[in-house]
Amino acid sequence: MIRKLQQVMLGVLVRTEAAFDSVFGAHWNPWYQLGALSFHFFWIVVVSGVYLYVFFDTSILGAYASVQALTEEQWYLGGVMRSLHRYASDAMVVTVTLHLLREFAKGRFRGAQTFSWVSGLPLLWLLFAAGIGGYWLVWDQFGQYVAQTTTEWLERLPAISDSLARTFLSDATLSDRLFSLLVFMHIAIPLFLLVGMFIHVNRLKLARTQPANGLAIGVVVMLVVLSLVKPARSMGPADLKTAVASVDLDWVYMNFYPLLDRMDPLYVWIMLAGITGLLMLLPWLSPQQAPAPQAAVVDPNNCNGCSWCFQDCPYEAITMIPHEFRKGQRQARVDPDRCTACGICAGSCPSATPFRHVEELVSGIEIPGYPIDRLREEAVAKLATLSGEARVMVFGCDHALPIAQIETAGVAALSLPCIGMLPPSFVDYIARQDNVDGVMVSGCCSGDCFYRKGNHWTEERFASRRMPHLRTSAGHDKVEVCWASVFQGEMLAAELDKFRARLAHEPIAGGTPPPAGEAAHEHH
Amino acid sequence: MNTTRLRRCAGQGAAYALFAAFIGYFSNSPAYQHLPPDQAMVKLSLRHSGQLLGECQQRDPEELAKLPATMRAPADCPRERSPLELVLEVNGETILDEQIMPRGLHKDGMASMYRRVNVPSGPVMLKVRMKDHPGQTEFPYSVEREMTLRPAQVLVIDFDSQNRRFEFL
Repeated sequence: MIRKLQQVMLGVLVRTEAAFDSVFGAHWNPWYQLGALSFHFFWIVVVSGVYLYVFFDTSILGAYASVQALTEEQWYLGGVMRSLHRYASDAMVVTVTLHLLREFAKGRFRGAQTFSWVSGLPLLWLLFAAGIGGYWLVWDQFGQYVAQTTTEWLERLPAISDSLARTFLSDATLSDRLFSLLVFMHIAIPLFLLVGMFIHVNRLKLARTQPANGLAIGVVVMLVVLSLVKPARSMGPADLKTAVASVDLDWVYMNFYPLLDRMDPLYVWIMLAGITGLLMLLPWLSPQQAPAPQAAVVDPNNCNGCSWCFQDCPYEAITMIPHEFRKGQRQARVDPDRCTACGICAGSCPSATPFRHVEELVSGIEIPGYPIDRLREEAVAKLATLSGEARVMVFGCDHALPIAQIETAGVAALSLPCIGMLPPSFVDYIARQDNVDGVMVSGCCSGDCFYRKGNHWTEERFASRRMPHLRTSAGHDKVEVCWASVFQGEMLAAELDKFRARLAHEPIAGGTPPPAGEAAHEHH
Repeated sequence: MNTTRLRRCAGQGAAYALFAAFIGYFSNSPAYQHLPPDQAMVKLSLRHSGQLLGECQQRDPEELAKLPATMRAPADCPRERSPLELVLEVNGETILDEQIMPRGLHKDGMASMYRRVNVPSGPVMLKVRMKDHPGQTEFPYSVEREMTLRPAQVLVIDFDSQNRRFEFL
């Protein structure tokens, strides 16, 4: 059932992402940076919150008046800051929720990604606690409703004293000290949230915590415009002698609050704790159907300690340690618990070059489920099937468009766990063969790699911005890159046709393969 | 500006506008009716220690001699306190009838409670009664009051432990 739900969600998600791709482009597509957007909204909340704190009066009588003064008398700045504070908080809930649903749909909650999944869930509680606590401080009728309902809800927990709700019984039981405590909590909880957010991304290499500049500016402009068009306003001042009959509820944060009027609040605790617990257990409730791919292994004989795999691993699974038998040198070490077996490390290994004349090609690091030697064998076998004009070898990725569907007499296709697993020397090797005219590299759409960095690193390697570089005397014109999601089959086919037409009409001068030793040296 | 660029700008503008409209609307709409318009609210809340459940036993000199010098209290008094029994009636109908247990592992703490009930606005007859010992056959603490509650009025009923009487705030 979980898998069916995942498939349905994935179908909707991929179509939505493709639609946004056509409007925003891959680089600015918000769906590819929901986590980064959440960080961005968090910082907007922090900056606006600091400004509000300067003017906020932490007393029962002063709180409402100070917020009103900010909203009405200083509408051009204080009012905008207040609105930004509220709307960015709401926006963060939306992006965090979408982020969670997206990772679920993509199945990125198992295996090595369990840590990120499990560490992210408690952050939801902190996020809601931080946001809901903020509404008390305004001390308007909405704050009164939130304070009363929340304390009644909290009191249903056995560990919480049942004198909590008595605090909001009448004006006589309220104190300024309480407001100071609430302000302290409204600062402390987001700080805990921030620490949790950094723990959440701790196992990710170069975790994206800042969205693309264009998108970051876009959402700020959007929030400012919203703040001016519909500024956040208070309800009437709190009055504990009068109940709040109708309340302007923030449904983004408090969508479950009406339940507290309709059922025993203890059941609401049980329900929310149950949902959280269920999500926490999801990695174990819905394990991978196929046996989990084996983690990457290091062969000390072929590892020269260059650390390129260490730099490229998107999940911080690789560390560098002293070499087993080469004094003064280092070698890579893989933490199997963190390894997703994406193969990006194998793609970065300088010894993973097919030009080497060895009986069995073994690279310094590779994944046992798909060793480099097998990749060479399969690629060579595929080449042998090509015939006709403008013959192209296409390398693709298991998580993007299934490229087997584009195979024809003149097009051979080979899918890898991740396109980042393809060493640039392989592209060179294939491009130099006599029975092929060009090489096309495809994979997850730009900006959104299933394994985070595979397509990005490949682009950088091809552009000589990241080691190992693509150096080919066969000519870069013989190599084409086209990223395509599962719904972009037509686009890939069109790009492939264009590429083949170019290859057919503009014969490209290729070089003869250099001696094996020379080539191997070049790629080291 | 070519058509593609124009289409992309319009699409981005629409996406931002939709997102802004979503959070702008749901951040305070639609209004939620927390309390029906013709109702008032009664908050019944108290903190009170029930009476001790056992009698103090006087220790004789032999018993005292067996005790360490610092613990020779002349009487051995049990700590456990009685639960409270609380009944609230509105217009003759029992709305709440609860036993409130004392706090603490040894049940020697105060019993405290907070309940919120909605009652129809207008004239109401309120009756609150409480027992603080199981041996009591009648309710020693009781108050009955006829009041007119306006819609959304909050009436707090508390118990003044010092003067041993209910208060309407």
